[in-house]
Amino acid sequence: MITITNLVKTFGRTPAVDDVSLSLDQGDAVALWGSNGAGKTTLIRCVLGLLRYRGAIRVGGIDVRRNGKAARMLIGYVPQELGFYDELRVDSAICYFARLKGIPSASPAASLQGVGLEGNGGKRVRELSGGMKQRLALAIALLGDPPILVLDEVTASLDALGRHEFVGLLRQLTGSGRTLLFASHRLEEVRSLARRVARLERGRLLRIDDCACFAPDAQHAAVLHLHLSADERMPAIRALAAGGFSPTLNGTGILVPVASEHKAAPFRILADAQIAVDNFEVDAVEHSSATPEPGGGRRKSSTPPDSEVTQ
Amino acid sequence: MSTAISVGDAFASRRPPSMASNTLCIARRELRDALKSRWFVLYTLAFVVLGLAVSFVSAAGTGGTGFSGFGRTTAGLVNLILLVVPLMALTAGAATIASDRERGMLAYLLSQPVSPVEVLLGKYIGLGASLLAAISLGLGACAVILSWRGGVSSPQAILWLAGLSFVLALGMLSVGIMISSLTRRASAAVSVAIFVWLTLVFVSDLALMAGAVALHLRIDELFALSLLNPLQVFKMWSLHAIDANLDVLGPAGLYAVEEYGRSLHAIFAVWLSAWIVLPLVVASVVLARKSPL
Repeated sequence: MITITNLVKTFGRTPAVDDVSLSLDQGDAVALWGSNGAGKTTLIRCVLGLLRYRGAIRVGGIDVRRNGKAARMLIGYVPQELGFYDELRVDSAICYFARLKGIPSASPAASLQGVGLEGNGGKRVRELSGGMKQRLALAIALLGDPPILVLDEVTASLDALGRHEFVGLLRQLTGSGRTLLFASHRLEEVRSLARRVARLERGRLLRIDDCACFAPDAQHAAVLHLHLSADERMPAIRALAAGGFSPTLNGTGILVPVASEHKAAPFRILADAQIAVDNFEVDAVEHSSATPEPGGGRRKSSTPPDSEVTQ
Repeated sequence: MSTAISVGDAFASRRPPSMASNTLCIARRELRDALKSRWFVLYTLAFVVLGLAVSFVSAAGTGGTGFSGFGRTTAGLVNLILLVVPLMALTAGAATIASDRERGMLAYLLSQPVSPVEVLLGKYIGLGASLLAAISLGLGACAVILSWRGGVSSPQAILWLAGLSFVLALGMLSVGIMISSLTRRASAAVSVAIFVWLTLVFVSDLALMAGAVALHLRIDELFALSLLNPLQVFKMWSLHAIDANLDVLGPAGLYAVEEYGRSLHAIFAVWLSAWIVLPLVVASVVLARKSPL
């Protein structure tokens, strides 16, 4: 259904995707796994024809470079965060994208019902929560029942409950012969949705595992998702980098890979730098051979009061 | 892969929407958004109010006497159009693609079965239609006032002015969209557009005058240089179309009428058309090659 052959994408001289070949049959579900900067999102953008690339990508037998519009007819895409016309009503948004997909007769009510948004058609997009916006993006992606779904870290900006509900919704959609290609940082998502996991590192495809055998060989026990105000993010990244961590920007905050015995250290560094953390989550990265540590990587830390824990 | 190909074949039977269909769909959305935009409403209101003021003052000053009265009104309206219409068109064009890129909407739109050219044309047609509405409203109101005060005896004159204003608006919209396609942030795009507007309205006139004095430009060189500024072309064309002479522009105007006569219409049309087409071509090339992110 999707065939990627020797895909190369560089930004300046830096390779973002380096000679990646990957093939997905109908009904396959492949997770792109890797740290920030591994090339997951760039690969997805190449599949959508949003970026110029070297190599070849065929979707349903159609060359994306030569006939991107026809290839995208086969794809339903959900981005990390929906940048949308905020004043548009939900019904109108669905009708607009239905027309662009050549399905002017699509029923907004049926589309919304399919993703659990029934009764919200009259609302403006700005009135929707983050989770509801992602559901709207999913409803739009499913217009015309495309055979392929492409998801780019779709739960990155959702809270734990929103994430759980959204992944549940996606699970219902898999197994119906639809092909799924998605990028994720979260182990529980990969375990729930993927059949195979493609590990990327610095743009290169390291290997492809069956999901049943997949165990992230992480040198870090957890990833902290720190939610910070927009103007605090760059100072926080600088402070954490100076403290020996490798933070990266993501969605509404920053990600900090941490060893199990040092999960509180980033908070100390940020407190010393007088940077306030609004909220945080701990996403556990499980070793295949790991023994549970006391409290595990999923325990609520005591530092910020308004925190939540990923399960 | 045989399964994949057969599934692909099955879906290939559903063709993507045509270019015209997608372009019109985007144009309708753009038109609706533009008409709801408070900036657009403010510009249009300012245009109507100032246009009415010019019409009232001119008609009162001439005692409402026929076409020569309208000649004076024309000069006032032309100057008003030179200020308002390019500013409106440049800023509308500059904001459109850059703001969509900034909030991720451009990438999302292009992840649908839509091509960059369809996005560009859709936005251009939608914004062009909104500018046509603003110009029609502004000059329509002026025409009503002038007719009421007996200040205009030839409906042709106001139609010429409206038509040429629209052509000028389309040219400036093209330039605005080109700026937008080259810029990442909407605020930067609008700033560049305002700088271009200032240059075209004020600086180029001063530079032309300074150049004429300092470099002792010949009259034909002066005329050729003035053609480089689309606002000058609009001014010369509207005065020529309505009054059939360019005396008000001095020696360069006299030279143009004597030298080119009736072919002046064609010269002005080619220059303004170039201002419409060339920036749009540049924008479409940039949009097709540059990442929408």
